[in-house]
Amino acid sequence: MTQPPKHLELTKVDIDFPTPNGPFKALQDINLTINKGEFVSLIGHSGCGKSTVLNIVAGLYQATSGGCLLDGKEVNAPGPERAVVFQNHSLLPWLSAYENVELAVKQVFGRSKSKAEMREWIEHNLALVHMDHAMDKRPDEISGGMKQRVGIARALAMEPTVMLMDEPFGALDALTRAHLQDSLMEIQKDLNNTVIMITHDVDEAVLLSDRIVMMTNGPAATVGEILNIDLPRPRNRIALADDPKYNHYRHEVLTFLYEKQRTPDSIPKKKEAKLKVAQDMQ
Amino acid sequence: MSNILATMGLSRFIENPKANFSQLGKSLLIPLIGLLIFLFIWEIGAKSVHTSLGTFPGPAAVYQQSITLIEEHKAERAKEVKFHERQELRNAKKLEKNPDATVKVRPYTGKPTFFDQILTSLITVLAGFIIASLIAIPAGILIGLNGTLYSAFNPLIQLFKPVSPLAWLPLVTMVVSAVYVSKDPMFAKSFITSLITVSLCSLWPTLLNTAVGVSSISKDLQNVSQVLRLNWLTHIIKIVLPSAIPMMFTGLRLSLGIAWMVLIAAEMLAQNPGLGKFVWDEFQNGSSNSLGRIMVAVLIIGLIGFLLDRCMLFLQRKMSWDKTVILR
Ligand SMILES: Nc1ncnc2c1ncn2[C@@H]1O[C@H](COP(=O)(O)OP(=O)(O)O)[C@@H](O)[C@H]1O
Ligand SMILES: [Mg+2]
Repeated sequence: MTQPPKHLELTKVDIDFPTPNGPFKALQDINLTINKGEFVSLIGHSGCGKSTVLNIVAGLYQATSGGCLLDGKEVNAPGPERAVVFQNHSLLPWLSAYENVELAVKQVFGRSKSKAEMREWIEHNLALVHMDHAMDKRPDEISGGMKQRVGIARALAMEPTVMLMDEPFGALDALTRAHLQDSLMEIQKDLNNTVIMITHDVDEAVLLSDRIVMMTNGPAATVGEILNIDLPRPRNRIALADDPKYNHYRHEVLTFLYEKQRTPDSIPKKKEAKLKVAQDMQ
Repeated sequence: MSNILATMGLSRFIENPKANFSQLGKSLLIPLIGLLIFLFIWEIGAKSVHTSLGTFPGPAAVYQQSITLIEEHKAERAKEVKFHERQELRNAKKLEKNPDATVKVRPYTGKPTFFDQILTSLITVLAGFIIASLIAIPAGILIGLNGTLYSAFNPLIQLFKPVSPLAWLPLVTMVVSAVYVSKDPMFAKSFITSLITVSLCSLWPTLLNTAVGVSSISKDLQNVSQVLRLNWLTHIIKIVLPSAIPMMFTGLRLSLGIAWMVLIAAEMLAQNPGLGKFVWDEFQNGSSNSLGRIMVAVLIIGLIGFLLDRCMLFLQRKMSWDKTVILR
């Protein structure tokens, strides 16, 4: 009768941020279960609370109530088993690509791997993201896409149980983004990591994910709908472009985002309406 | 003809005169013209200023005085050499007569020359600056790391930062003469007084900039540190210090500039050996050459200040990872 232990589980997560005007409820009643090796995307309008969810899983924020369990253990502090790929790469600007990955590898494998093994492991991970040719370059000497690759290599090199990615390709041009998406799919196929990725790109979400978690608008945002993406892997973006199933999924997400969840643009209009009412009353 | 030009490195200038002329002009000609205009105005202006010590020295007079100062220095050194030779001779004779005699070796006590004073000032300013940095950098890191400490000390720093060295000087002098008593002092009291005054005044920019640099580490890098679970010391060494280095150097450069200005003032006022005392002595002397000699000192003070700043800039370029900041 006992259920198999769940891999990653968010239960009734609420979070209040203290603000000068009292607490601000950013998230309310987030419930989400993620299986091992699953690729899950979080999608939602800007400012709805996607990063906050990710930060709670990362342990960088603490839920006000409810909690997050990873393999049965409560998450209450950040740790390398939940590696984060930050939106703006967050590489240390004074270290080379190699040294940036090295810092992480030393921290995780400093005791278990020899120096030679660590070196090999760092180089292996940089090679995975095709950055082995520019290992000794500093972040300011490489392009945005390359920096993001190094950020991914750093996360992968920690051998995380869960990889958390906050709009990892958001700041990149379309071509570079497509390249990195393909690399990510390949890597994930080989390593079978659990991945939670935030995105605001519908195509990216459908192409990469096993499931898409669509969030409602804030404040007090929560999980709106969850869409299972039942497309065979490996996925090819060109072949999928004409695939009716793929287009159906895209349509579903677009409908959620642009019809069910109104854009924040509508909020000022409401305010205007209120103002008018107020004026009429005077 | 073209051979000569080539050897002079001007052949490229001949080949493409227009493009290269503008470059040559920017890098060399325009500063040169500026200098010439300055010298011209100086010469004209100086002639029309009559002081109780004669007309104000123009460039030519100042050049003359600088030569004199070099001559005086050489003469003084020659005298010193002779003094030691005589002393050795005397002692040797004494020992010849009586091998058990105790010989005295006295140091030469001639008047310090202009160049001795430059050296004294340089040593004092560097010592003061180093002491100030050794205090300010660790203190800045502590204050920057800890918000409570920052709020506690920030008002004090803001209060002490604008205090002029002239205000500190009497206090420091009195305290040093009361506290620093020793029969065989390693350093002269005047040196200690200058040192402390310089340190007290040049402490603040480094302290403040280091604190700001440390406290304004990007949230992203702090998150990286947390996700990696870096321990406190690694966090400081790998994340905090490197990211604060550009600000730290900004502070150090400001501090060194202040240290140099403060030192000259302190030497003048407290009669402590150094360039400031040289200026003051010449002023008190009131010979017809005094103004020219003071003017030489003024130019040297400026030049040294400039070179000190260049040295810091060089260090900053070597040590700072942030090559994007415009360094000038
Ligand atoms: N540390 C914080 N303090 C106060 N408010 C915050 C904080 N972090 C996020 N918020 C608020 O929570 C909401 C969700 O933010 P975020 O998770 O960054 O949105 P998203 O990543 O979906 O764009 C926003 O309204 C934001 O202003
Ligand atoms: Mg976000």
